[in-house]
Amino acid sequence: MFENITLSFQSVWSHKVRSFLTMLGIIIGIASIITIVSTIKGTNDQIKQNLIGSGVNAVVVSLYQDDYQYDMQYSPVPSGVSVLTEEDREELLKLEKIESVSFFNKRSWADNVYYQNTAYSGEVYGVDEYYFDIYGYKLSYGRFFMDSDYAENRKVLLIDSTVCQNLFGGANPIGETIEIGEDAFTVIGVIGQSSEFTPVINSLSDYYMYMDQSGGKMFMPYSTWPVVYRFDEPQTVAVGTASTDDMTKAGQVAADYLTSNKITSSTFSYRSQDLLEQAKQLQEMSTSTNRQLVWIAGISLIVGGIGVMNIMLVTVTERTREIGLKKAIGAKKKRILRQFLTEAAVLTSLGGILGVIVGIALAQLLSYLMQTPTAISVPAIIIAVVFSMIIGILFGLIPAVKASNLNPIDALRRE
Amino acid sequence: MLLELTDINKDYPQGKDVVHVLKDINLSVEEGDYIAIMGPSGSGKTTLMNLMGCLDVPTSGTYILDGENVAEANDNRLAEIRNGKIGFVFQSFYLLPKLSAIDNVALPLLYAGVSKKERRERAKVALENVGLGDRIDFMPNQLSGGQSQRVAIARAMVTNPKVLFADEPTGALDSVSGEQIMELFAELNANGATIVMITHERSIADCAKKIYFIKDGQLSSERGGTSNG
Repeated sequence: MFENITLSFQSVWSHKVRSFLTMLGIIIGIASIITIVSTIKGTNDQIKQNLIGSGVNAVVVSLYQDDYQYDMQYSPVPSGVSVLTEEDREELLKLEKIESVSFFNKRSWADNVYYQNTAYSGEVYGVDEYYFDIYGYKLSYGRFFMDSDYAENRKVLLIDSTVCQNLFGGANPIGETIEIGEDAFTVIGVIGQSSEFTPVINSLSDYYMYMDQSGGKMFMPYSTWPVVYRFDEPQTVAVGTASTDDMTKAGQVAADYLTSNKITSSTFSYRSQDLLEQAKQLQEMSTSTNRQLVWIAGISLIVGGIGVMNIMLVTVTERTREIGLKKAIGAKKKRILRQFLTEAAVLTSLGGILGVIVGIALAQLLSYLMQTPTAISVPAIIIAVVFSMIIGILFGLIPAVKASNLNPIDALRRE
Repeated sequence: MLLELTDINKDYPQGKDVVHVLKDINLSVEEGDYIAIMGPSGSGKTTLMNLMGCLDVPTSGTYILDGENVAEANDNRLAEIRNGKIGFVFQSFYLLPKLSAIDNVALPLLYAGVSKKERRERAKVALENVGLGDRIDFMPNQLSGGQSQRVAIARAMVTNPKVLFADEPTGALDSVSGEQIMELFAELNANGATIVMITHERSIADCAKKIYFIKDGQLSSERGGTSNG
């Protein structure tokens, strides 16, 4: 066998140009498949990263009216939905998979928020003291909220580094005043998530998908919230879990509890935003559009295989005398068959390996030129090389059978 | 008897007709024999050698080689017989151009399943026996015609075959090289090799101990004029 492989390499090497041209079909086919698969994987990895990349195992359970998330900013306080209380927190903590619970109010598009003449257009939160733990916020400087901030409904703000950069240009914001509506708030601290994460945005649709994560966040005590906004706004719930895999389950049980205990109206419900599920759906979408491309690239592999078969048939004819001689001195059919199959397999495997290299290079180039994400998939590479070997064996079969069935007398007589 | 052909017939279909290439051939070859078969082209001498060399099987008749009826052997068995018991020398050498002299000679041993080290050693000895011990790593295109034929003879003899078949072994050589090859055959025969040679040249056939003639598919010996029984 090893002997055969060495001989095959010699034979491939001795016809360099021909071998390369024969391999070209396989190279192009494998290269396109690797490029496409790398792009699919890159996109999928990025979707997942963007959605759950912060490393925070938190599910948001929020209020829905019919099938749409209920936006407090543009809608009245809903009737038939109660505000969540400390008892609800305790009940939720008893539920399966739930490690921590936080209630908060939120405006996604802050208006009327100014620092001097600069308008702020990020998110504004009214949070309880558990929020920062669940989302892994650390104090960069200044101080966190104190019990008295909550108890006395103080107008104090914590801001994240994005806000700090946007409004204060990186200067020390502690003690500065930010106006929200007609109220003056004092910045008391700057916080940041322990794993700083910025979603990668490549397209307009990505921007809409992820932009609420990139405009910056400012936080006030939940007790201050009604002072600036409205009383009796039902809160959104953040549920923390021990691991990413628990998120789906925890979100569901929390949503079920809240829907059945806090809502009397039939049009409202609490639902969890299952990021894993969301990521999966987005990934499936991008995968299915690209999978068709893989099939098209697969056709070029078949064309490449036919090219290999064609050249192998020519090779058999050219080497009729060699085959005849080998049979005359005692080579059995099986040996001749194996020799030509090995040669075809070596040829296409080499093509496959070259194709993988070209494909990775192409994917990188494409990623560089079009700013698309790319990721190398090791299983795809292994499958590609094995598959090209199989193509060689399949399409080498007819020429190899032809060679092994040559009659040594005729083969020797042919000049 | 080493080789014994009895009532061998060989027919080839040609279109709708059947051509009787060999007709009731009877021939015996003893161990240590050196025979020549002469005949004009189209007489069936190559077909006879193909049969005797186990490259083909007869339409009817029996062919006993070293105690085995080869006429009934299958393809795989024929390959084994060719590999183990028969050596071939062809008019145009048929060396594989991409293999060195020693690798060409070692090839039959590869098919016999001999280890790499032993293959090389035995091939080297075979090349030394034909006087090419100093050219074992030459490529075929670096060898003259006479040297190429001697490499081919080394390849035929490397397996210690029961019988050596030579088809016009000097046909592609100049007269000096041809004589050297004939001397080599005589030497091999003197050392005990059985040789069956096919030629159309009288001077070459004269080197053999016995001469047979084949004409229109019928074999006759030089003296006596009838088929050897």
